[in-house]
Amino acid sequence: MEGKMYKSDKQMQTIAHVVLGLMTLSSLLPFVLLVISSFTEESYATRYGFGFFPKAWSLGAYQYLMNEWNQIGHAYLITFIVTILGTLIGMVCSTMLAYGLTRDIVGKAFLNFYVVFTMLFSGGIVASYYVWSNLFHIKNTIWALVFPGLMMNAFNIILEKNYFNNNIPESLIESAKIDGAGNIRTFISIVLPLSKPILATIGLMSAISYWNDWTNGLYYVDQAAFYSLQQVLNNINENASFLASNSTQMSSMLHGTASIPTTTMRMAIAVIGILPMVIAYPFFQKYFVKGITIGAVKG
Amino acid sequence: MPAKGREMPAKATTKKKPLKTRLVLSLPVYLMMLPGLLYLFCNNYLPIFGIIIAFKKVNWSLGLMKSPWAGLDNFEFLLKSRETARMIRNTVLYNIVFIVLGTILAIAVAILLNEIYSKFFKSTYQSLILLPYLMSWVVVSYLAYAFLSNETGFVNNSLLPALGKDPVNWYQNARYWPFILTFVNFWKSIGFNMVIYYSSIMGISAEYYEAARLDGAGKWKQITNITIPLLRPTVITLFIMSVGRIFASDFGLFYQIPRNQGALYATTQTIDTYVYNALMRLGNISMSSAASVLQSIVGFILVIVANAIVRRYEENSALF
Repeated sequence: MEGKMYKSDKQMQTIAHVVLGLMTLSSLLPFVLLVISSFTEESYATRYGFGFFPKAWSLGAYQYLMNEWNQIGHAYLITFIVTILGTLIGMVCSTMLAYGLTRDIVGKAFLNFYVVFTMLFSGGIVASYYVWSNLFHIKNTIWALVFPGLMMNAFNIILEKNYFNNNIPESLIESAKIDGAGNIRTFISIVLPLSKPILATIGLMSAISYWNDWTNGLYYVDQAAFYSLQQVLNNINENASFLASNSTQMSSMLHGTASIPTTTMRMAIAVIGILPMVIAYPFFQKYFVKGITIGAVKG
Repeated sequence: MPAKGREMPAKATTKKKPLKTRLVLSLPVYLMMLPGLLYLFCNNYLPIFGIIIAFKKVNWSLGLMKSPWAGLDNFEFLLKSRETARMIRNTVLYNIVFIVLGTILAIAVAILLNEIYSKFFKSTYQSLILLPYLMSWVVVSYLAYAFLSNETGFVNNSLLPALGKDPVNWYQNARYWPFILTFVNFWKSIGFNMVIYYSSIMGISAEYYEAARLDGAGKWKQITNITIPLLRPTVITLFIMSVGRIFASDFGLFYQIPRNQGALYATTQTIDTYVYNALMRLGNISMSSAASVLQSIVGFILVIVANAIVRRYEENSALF
């Protein structure tokens, strides 16, 4: 920052703060409304609607959800398993493929094209649906949430390939070879440790897309055993008494759906759904921004 | 020096090795690549063969392979359907608005972010504006519902009464949705696009600005004469990518935010939501596969054409 600011600089500062401040506010307000609504008393919410300043507060929605914790907890578990499995398998497959593309192998141009072409042309969702459900029969298995679409993509492979090419000195790989290390040894003990930044970034982006995914569940899962968190959210969105109809709790069976704080419960389950992400965000925010940046600019 | 001397001949010999030796040397690498290649085969290439579904009169009891061929019948049905023109119009129009307005907004916001001196405010604004991008569309649908719900929504209960207006049945009135969907789309994605352009602006050398300042150029002059022209390659690259996707739509946005309400289809149905509803809700495989294949083929042609155009005018920005 220079000592002297021009008048136009000062004006620009004010405009920038006002516009960005307003945008920040509008990014946050819906979340604030969601949280406040989830703590609003049910009868108050049905009468006066959701607002930022309710006059009657209650924990009723959360108490109800705690009652149904076995369903929500299970959905959390599925989401965790799928996120970890998918990110891990995807990273292993994509890094090995990307590394192979940096080696001097026969048919490298063809293999490069094989990868890039997947970005240009796709068979569309109906053909994908047919392949995964009728050829591989993954409906209502954990793999239904892991395999279709998300596991790896050409874009990340190209990013990894460029990173390997630009950041790992060929002489290092050569000297490992002279020391007698095979391809896999070299890859694991030399290439991967030097590639931590790109691995962290791509791993994070992949984990986020698994955590947020609800479409695979929509297409391939209709059994409660494999409902992920996002799918439970989606099901409640479509049918507010979804939890009650799947419940094994005595209270729900006895009272039916009459006693459910339907209105505020919707808001509370969404809060529970976004909580882990919001808590973790400050810690991975830096990598997230980096992931967006490298994803947009060509290698 | 000796290390370098050893490397040079090593490289020269690899080139001269016969094909057979090179294949043997490639083999372990192929094995490493195999899982990834197989995945792409299953996830991307098999569906490309699956395009034949659109040319078949599918009979599940016979299986796909034995089902009779339908020629272009499925496409004929699709193009005759009244819904088709509507969903294509919606998809393309939304995309045009998102591309044009989205680019302008994102660049404007990125420039403003770049103007902020305080590091604290800069990073706070950036991470909070980016927060919505981190949320799934299901969650965003809940957020929209808190505002728009007919009975309990904030807009109908607090905002409209305060302005002295009658409540609106949002989820039954198609005419409001172009605005709602555009707003929600920007609310979620502006942070993402802002970060992209901001990182491009960061890449512009400070020397340009210093020179401009010495020449007496104010902020506005610097933005119009340095920042915006130097952003051109980024804009063009992102533009081709978006044009290639002009026939595609974000399924989450158009399915979740209008809550898949039939009454809203006039302004919310896009090719992707149509395909989903036809396939999963109506079990109409001929129409859904035809629409899906049409989308892929047009998308493919558009990417190739857009890239060719860019290659001609701004070669470094071309994708391939």
